[in-house]
Amino acid sequence: MSAVAAPERRPSRGGLFAPVRHNLLLALLPFIVIAAVYLFASHQRLAENPQDKLLPSLGQMADAIDRLALKPDPQTGDYTLFVDTWASLKRIGLGVGIAALAGLLAGLNMGLLPRVRALFSPFLTFVSMVPPLAILPILFISLGVDELSKVALIFLGVFPVIARDLMIAAGQIPREQIVKAITLGASQSAVIYRIVMPQILPRLIDNVRLCLGGAWLFLIAAEAIASTEGLGYRIFLVRRYLAMDTILPYVFWITAIGFAADWLLRQLILRRFRWYVATA
Amino acid sequence: MAREKSHLLHLEDLYKSYGDKLVLENIDLSVSAGTLCSVVGPSGCGKSTMFRLVLGQEIADRGRLFVDGQPVAAPGEDRGIVYQRYSLYPHLTVIENAMLARTLPAGFAERRRRRAEFREEAMHYLERAGLAAHADKYPHELSGGMQQRVAIAQALIKRPKILMMDEPFGALDPETRESMQIFLLELWEAERMTIFFVTHDMEEAVYLGTRVVVLSQHYTDDRGTGANVRRGARVVGDYALPSAVASTKIKRSPEFIELADEIRRVGFDKDVLRHVTEFNLRHPDSFQTLSEEEARSARRTA
Repeated sequence: MSAVAAPERRPSRGGLFAPVRHNLLLALLPFIVIAAVYLFASHQRLAENPQDKLLPSLGQMADAIDRLALKPDPQTGDYTLFVDTWASLKRIGLGVGIAALAGLLAGLNMGLLPRVRALFSPFLTFVSMVPPLAILPILFISLGVDELSKVALIFLGVFPVIARDLMIAAGQIPREQIVKAITLGASQSAVIYRIVMPQILPRLIDNVRLCLGGAWLFLIAAEAIASTEGLGYRIFLVRRYLAMDTILPYVFWITAIGFAADWLLRQLILRRFRWYVATA
Repeated sequence: MAREKSHLLHLEDLYKSYGDKLVLENIDLSVSAGTLCSVVGPSGCGKSTMFRLVLGQEIADRGRLFVDGQPVAAPGEDRGIVYQRYSLYPHLTVIENAMLARTLPAGFAERRRRRAEFREEAMHYLERAGLAAHADKYPHELSGGMQQRVAIAQALIKRPKILMMDEPFGALDPETRESMQIFLLELWEAERMTIFFVTHDMEEAVYLGTRVVVLSQHYTDDRGTGANVRRGARVVGDYALPSAVASTKIKRSPEFIELADEIRRVGFDKDVLRHVTEFNLRHPDSFQTLSEEEARSARRTA
């Protein structure tokens, strides 16, 4: 009998067992396609009408960036992009930071203490259904149009989500661990803050990562309505002049900040909470 | 002398049910200090319920429960625990886990001041468990057997009056399991501590225990055999065993096999039902409180 080589079977390129190769290239592909489509469309429109504002060219956007980020404003002497970024980061940092801290404490205590949960959990569930943007006018009326109302809006949007998820996380800590800690001499507060809290800290960071998108939404909405500086304020200000050459770099900048924050938090988890990555 | 004073652990007339299901019925058990008491029974017989009652994690419906003469109402520092899982805290390294008995009760300032001292003490225990080289690893980086060694060291540093173990080797492969049994016996020899060891493996119970308590719902009494008779598990056998660190070869000796067989019959076999008045309660610490009805029936047969 002649030896016939069995036909070699390869996993299909797009199937469940596709090889893991060229992944960076694959990841870049959608970006390249979008950029190419944009540049082509922009080129076409500008060729027809050089005054067109809808799809500015790279050069026009570079001019806008130069004007807003690299040269001081002729009237105020400030670098506009820097001022806007700092104002927005301060608001979102305060709002999300306070919400994270309060959410951690609330979630821990609700998750572990049945009476605290019975008292606050239904209320929190109810409150979390209030659309934060719907009460933005109330915030402006009651807290004024300054920083406080903007931070409060972000807080109200983020806090219930974090508190509820951390309540679940704290409640999922095995009962055995808690009983064991008590036999090792832990007080109730030691159980809460030294046994359980360190274990849900990485989950808090994951929560913050997920909440950042929503937080930006609340921030830009608040800035669009009442502000004198901020990334969202600038975008809505120049909207009146159809200044797409400013809006597009600003959107890109906000996205880049969000992406960087997410990446940094992810790195924090990978480096400081090795056990969480390995066991979760 | 009252048994609750003379014995380190004393359970009397203990009942526990969950809703309609009666789990434990009239449990009587006294354990002297220094006993390695294994509790064995078929799965679902209420061993873990009994474990949680002794811990104080749950409260019995009826009956009395004392540890060192004190009624048990909540988990406390006089009882150390090793579970099958969840004994170690995943966010702490091995040495930090072992140090908990010292660091948890200490305030912030004391922890900082005495850190080196705590660490040294914990290190000593880890060395005895053969784990000094792994002190700075996280639990998930250790094998199952090593994790349980850390868990034992972690509990022992507290020097509990009773070391409570619930199926501690249940998740280990047979070889690791045997080496852990020897490790535990050597520790017990050296320290002569009181161990309350719950397992469903009768070989393990007989090999480890200086006393084997058989808990089972397979027994009979004068209440008849109707389906509406709810029987909870009782102590159906109680055996004293020679105490010595024996080679695991003993597991193949005729006496060992015979005892394991008897335990299998009285505890695990659904078709072998002994009457409450005929339980084999040979251990000198053993006692039995019978209900009035049972006592009457016992007098009749006597």
